[in-house]
Amino acid sequence: VFSLNDKKLARQIVDKIKKLDINLKFMHVCGTHQDTLLKNGLDILLKDCGIEIGQGPGCPVCVTTQKEIEEMLLLAQNGITVTTFGDMINVPGENQSLQNLKTEGYDIRAVYSIIDAISIAKKNKNKEVVFMAVGFETTAPTTASVLLKKPPNNFSILCCHRTIPNALKALLDMGEIRIDGLIEPGHVSTIIGSNVYNFISKEYNVPQVITGFEPIDILMAVWMLVKQIENNEAYVQNEYTRAVKKEGNIKAQKIINKVFKSGDIRRLDPDIVGYVQVESLDYPGADETPL
Amino acid sequence: VCLAIPGKVIKILNNENALIDYGDGTKRKVNISLVDINIGDYALVHAGFAIEKLNKKEAKETLAIFREMLSIEEEN
Repeated sequence: VFSLNDKKLARQIVDKIKKLDINLKFMHVCGTHQDTLLKNGLDILLKDCGIEIGQGPGCPVCVTTQKEIEEMLLLAQNGITVTTFGDMINVPGENQSLQNLKTEGYDIRAVYSIIDAISIAKKNKNKEVVFMAVGFETTAPTTASVLLKKPPNNFSILCCHRTIPNALKALLDMGEIRIDGLIEPGHVSTIIGSNVYNFISKEYNVPQVITGFEPIDILMAVWMLVKQIENNEAYVQNEYTRAVKKEGNIKAQKIINKVFKSGDIRRLDPDIVGYVQVESLDYPGADETPL
Repeated sequence: VCLAIPGKVIKILNNENALIDYGDGTKRKVNISLVDINIGDYALVHAGFAIEKLNKKEAKETLAIFREMLSIEEEN
């Protein structure tokens, strides 16, 4: 039910766009969108229609700073068990990656979820276990939820979470690239909702479409953006209505706000312009009534 | 990192966890503390957590709405 598949419709969208004779540059900020674009040859197909879709730096892995990676390497070298998502393991620091250290025999473990990292801490009471918490608002509530439930004393996190709306703002403020329209990430949006993007269309006059991850989702998003531009409009449209609500997931937002507060990442890395880090950690703890 | 997969809730295990069927024979325990969800609902699962309940009605209507949007265009 949730996977949209209609080749005829896809073809129809492409034909319609092709007829328009346009030359537009859109940007998305999501690794999974990039995957859909490349796997299905949509990037080439759309280029033929005069539409180029670039990938903005929206992947948690590429917005993690060198300093954060170096911190994790240092922790591992000091005998601490380092856990993180598989994607992070191969990301290089200045000289080496977590993978290099793992081969040298340091205790580094790839996990699928922060819950797995908690299990590792419970099973190894005599060891300190650190979870490198990366990711945008999709992942931040999973970290927050675990921290609110009194994790074991030998468990800590290194908070490397980021927020999407501020990242987009920073990107647009740089003004270095032409962006005629933004394709907003579907999964982050399930948490933050569609309303939070409104200020971007207002302030920067950029059309936006929140979209899913099937080829047809991307094509439809492109179509919606093209139509807005044609009508000289700029607002937020939600193509991914089967998962994203205007207000988002309020329960998850409350949990995020209870645990994290946002700050400017330039303190950590002056080379990264304006990215905002969600930083921990003054969370009230497990004695609070659960949300 | 932000990959999420839809699945159907087939059993509520306790306040925090449910059993989710991904439809390909894979069933996993998933943390449901971020959502309000019941048996039979579909959820989007990311990193061991259900992050949102999926809207079956919207999903069913999405393609029809798209087709309509495109054909209205034709009439104009």
